[in-house]
Amino acid sequence: MSINIRFFASLRETLGKTEDRIEAHMANTVKDVWLQSTQRADMPSNVLCAINMEYVDSEHAVSDGDEVAFFPPVTGG
Amino acid sequence: MIEIRDTRFDPWLELQNYTAGLSIKGAYGATAVFIGSMRDLNEGDEVTAMTLEHYPGMTEKHLEKILQQAEQQWPLMDSLIIHRVGEVLPDDTIVLVAVWSAHRASAYDANRFIMEELKSSAPFWKKETLVDGTRWVEKNTPG
Repeated sequence: MSINIRFFASLRETLGKTEDRIEAHMANTVKDVWLQSTQRADMPSNVLCAINMEYVDSEHAVSDGDEVAFFPPVTGG
Repeated sequence: MIEIRDTRFDPWLELQNYTAGLSIKGAYGATAVFIGSMRDLNEGDEVTAMTLEHYPGMTEKHLEKILQQAEQQWPLMDSLIIHRVGEVLPDDTIVLVAVWSAHRASAYDANRFIMEELKSSAPFWKKETLVDGTRWVEKNTPG
């Protein structure tokens, strides 16, 4: 199962990457994707998650081909 | 209409042009407008510039959803959101939200709703340039 991953804003800088792609054999949820992509870094409690550009919680299931995004609280407007 | 702009814009000119093209003239009795612009001071520090990052695709999709929610709650005749991204300077307009309806209550309320939803959930992030470095804005101030 192939998952595309995107990181934004301060999270992108902290992790040092904008995008990632993982072949997820054990990743069932968004949280699993985070752990696999970040080498099991702690997931900050305020991180927001999206699958295919829709908000989801970190326990949401992922599917082959999904784009999973992680970002800090939003500050537009 | 929703638009993400990577260049400076004059909100009054945008409104003038957009209003000129509206086909609902005579039908609406209320226009509510909100303009958010960049301040040169935040949390006691001088801010000389700002970079606005967004999630292309999700931002538009999410703003569309906010407008749909507003249209379900209030009888709006039209609505407009223009939001800046990229390098922004003090006094530059960051966001323009305008709504048109028959009466003022729905125009005021829908405009406020759209702004609050945008600020709390649309994927934009601000990074400030200070005199001695940069910092991410971590959270929005209460309305």
